Amino acid sequence: MKNNVFLMQGNEACIYGAIDAGMRFFAGYPITPSTELAEVSAQELPKVGGKFIQMEDEIASMAATIGASLAGLKSMTATSGPGFSLKQENLGFACMTEIPCVVVNVQRGGPSTGLPTAPAQGEVMQSRWGTHGDHPIIVISPSSVMEAYMFAVKAFNLSEKYRTPVVLLMDEVVAHMREKIEIPDKSSLEIINRKKPVVDKDKYLPYEDTEDLIPPMANFGEGYRFHVTGLTHDETGFPSTNPANASKQINRLLNKIEMHKEDIIEFDEYLTEDAEIILVSFGAVARSAKSAVKEARSQGKKVGLFRPMTIWPFPEERLKELGKKAKHFIVAEMNMGQLVLEVERIIKSDAVVHLLGKANGEIITPDEIMDKIKEVENIG
Amino acid sequence: MNKKVSTKVIVNKAWCKGCGICVAFCPTNVLEIKDGKVEIVNPEACTRCGLCELRCPDFAIYLGGEEDEK
Amino acid sequence: MASNLVEKYYRMDKLPHIWCAGCTHGTSMNAVVRAIDKLGYNQDEVCIVSGIGCSSRATGYMDFNTLHTTHGRALAFATGIKMANPKLKVIVITGDGDATAIGGNHFIHACRRNIDITTIVFNNNIYGMTGGQYSPTTPTSSLGTTAPYGNIDPVFNICNVAAAAGATYVARGTAYHTQALINSIVKGLENKGFSVIEAVSDCPTYFGRRNKIGDAVEMMKRLKELSVNVKAAEKLPPEKLEGKIIIGEIKNETRPEYTDEYQNLIDRLKEEEK
Ligand SMILES: Cc1ncc(C[n+]2csc(CCOP(=O)(O)OP(=O)(O)O)c2C)c(N)n1
Ligand code: SF4
Ligand code: SF4
Repeated sequence: MKNNVFLMQGNEACIYGAIDAGMRFFAGYPITPSTELAEVSAQELPKVGGKFIQMEDEIASMAATIGASLAGLKSMTATSGPGFSLKQENLGFACMTEIPCVVVNVQRGGPSTGLPTAPAQGEVMQSRWGTHGDHPIIVISPSSVMEAYMFAVKAFNLSEKYRTPVVLLMDEVVAHMREKIEIPDKSSLEIINRKKPVVDKDKYLPYEDTEDLIPPMANFGEGYRFHVTGLTHDETGFPSTNPANASKQINRLLNKIEMHKEDIIEFDEYLTEDAEIILVSFGAVARSAKSAVKEARSQGKKVGLFRPMTIWPFPEERLKELGKKAKHFIVAEMNMGQLVLEVERIIKSDAVVHLLGKANGEIITPDEIMDKIKEVENIG
Repeated sequence: MNKKVSTKVIVNKAWCKGCGICVAFCPTNVLEIKDGKVEIVNPEACTRCGLCELRCPDFAIYLGGEEDEK
Repeated sequence: MASNLVEKYYRMDKLPHIWCAGCTHGTSMNAVVRAIDKLGYNQDEVCIVSGIGCSSRATGYMDFNTLHTTHGRALAFATGIKMANPKLKVIVITGDGDATAIGGNHFIHACRRNIDITTIVFNNNIYGMTGGQYSPTTPTSSLGTTAPYGNIDPVFNICNVAAAAGATYVARGTAYHTQALINSIVKGLENKGFSVIEAVSDCPTYFGRRNKIGDAVEMMKRLKELSVNVKAAEKLPPEKLEGKIIIGEIKNETRPEYTDEYQNLIDRLKEEEK
């Protein structure tokens, strides 16, 4: 075995990826099934001169993560359902103040304490709309241990590049599954760091309306002495209640993601070209879906898989194209119907959209998907 | 640096909210509120203790040099 | 037109501030600035973090690295900043509600860690920003908009909570005793560890008016009259201290500081690797 090949869990891989991406701060609070993310960070970060802290709760860990990023360290926090709910207010603060950070949510059965050790995908909508008010966010979801590593790198890159929090939406299956992964050579990894200001210190506008809509970011302590507030602010960073300014700011925040959608969005397709029925799945369920596609093809059925890796912003354009070709879409997800709403919105009447939803703590199996395929075929 | 001698009490009426704190606690009754703002009515009595400046919540009264007056 | 001190440490284009006439938040904010000036800190190396409330608006005026966070969470943000860059002098400005109600948990845990942050609590015994509801420090029987028949809640003694939770420097001052307050903040900043300075303050608009204490001047006279120095208080029986404000240094102790301890851990791992 080569010495860069390891057998590890998704949660472990995620932290190794994060550290390779430059993460040097992690604040957490234990919760199943995300706890290993904190444990591995506590073990590995000090070895590379990074810092780990176990805060008093998830609200505090989100806050400390943002604080550390503002002081210059690439920062992460990780949690699961109940803790993700607690993080929402400060997550919105990071969106508003444009402070890069990565938030991992390892989804488990909900609502409330729900099924702590069982997989789910119930936070598709919460990860998009969990904090109050209109806000930009990027959400990406891995389907394998290797992807847990790569998406951690990608999450940091996107958050640094776009000055925004990125949610790494995992599920219990990917988090706890052990797989062989090959850690890439560091020099082959593209690492992106936040854009720094180049103007004189007294000319710095922390929320400047730049052409790419991403203001350069100074860190606290570098001599720029700016103000950061969650209140609606103008380019200078100071509060403003002026409606014209408020509208300009919110538009820039949202367009910052919209404008760069092509760079952000990633998806995977499997045998979709001639497919009459297209499965739409992400995370662990996409693995079942892929098995189902193989099985269906072996039976001569024209079935394919569309797997969004970026959940938000959703890969709308490509799905729309597929909607013109396929007759049916089956959205298989471990919840009672969340991503399906987005798929319906995009497909409209171009094709028929079906839900295969399940929220009982068990993963959706290839057999269940096959049954659904047969059911849909019978509709014709 | 003969700061003590060259300083005198200065009022910035634009910032004064007329709360009266400086007036009430001036040990030598140098100040008064007139038309809702502080006024220096008895400058000779000022000992430059600086208590008005320390307590004024609005930075509207302070001991400054002659050059600060312009 | 302002003093050299104000010109140096404030964002002049943001003044005058929004606080009401006679609100002592301005006095306490200036005490923080005077303490910083006394110690000669470079403004670029100072970071001031606040939560939400009238008191927490201070950060917008002060010309340092300033962070106005969410209600109650300033200390958690500040902890991340201090961990990331221990060279920064980190100061937290917070209100009684911000620090001890919604932020109570962060407050006691920051005390416990003894992380090198100096926290100044502007305690006006009321929620000012939201219009005069009772806070954890509103005296029992006092009136608030949510205590129209008199507050039945017992109070937190902020300094005692801080001392018990492990803060290493704890002092109480008032906006009236400004010089002493400045001195306490200086000592708090000099302490390598978690420092809490409670600045007893006046909200004439909500606490004063509703409780019929009178105007800003009457309220400040009350601060003067109710205060007893901690040394004098030691000699008084408890019944004589009822309703009094005990001012001065409550605790001053040395204990390992959090970011130092973490650095030691990093160094130890490096050593072991060799
Ligand atoms: C999560 C949250 N809850 C409630 C509020 C509303 N709120 C704003 S300020 C405040 C109280 C502030 O009181 P205090 O900290 O004592 O400061 P003061 O205004 O008296 O200086 C409250 C309840 C809020 N902004 N956020
Ligand atoms: S204390 Fe300040 S604001 Fe109040 S009356 Fe005096 S100068 Fe005016
Ligand atoms: S409401 Fe009270 S605390 Fe707020 S500014 Fe006015 S006097 Fe100060």
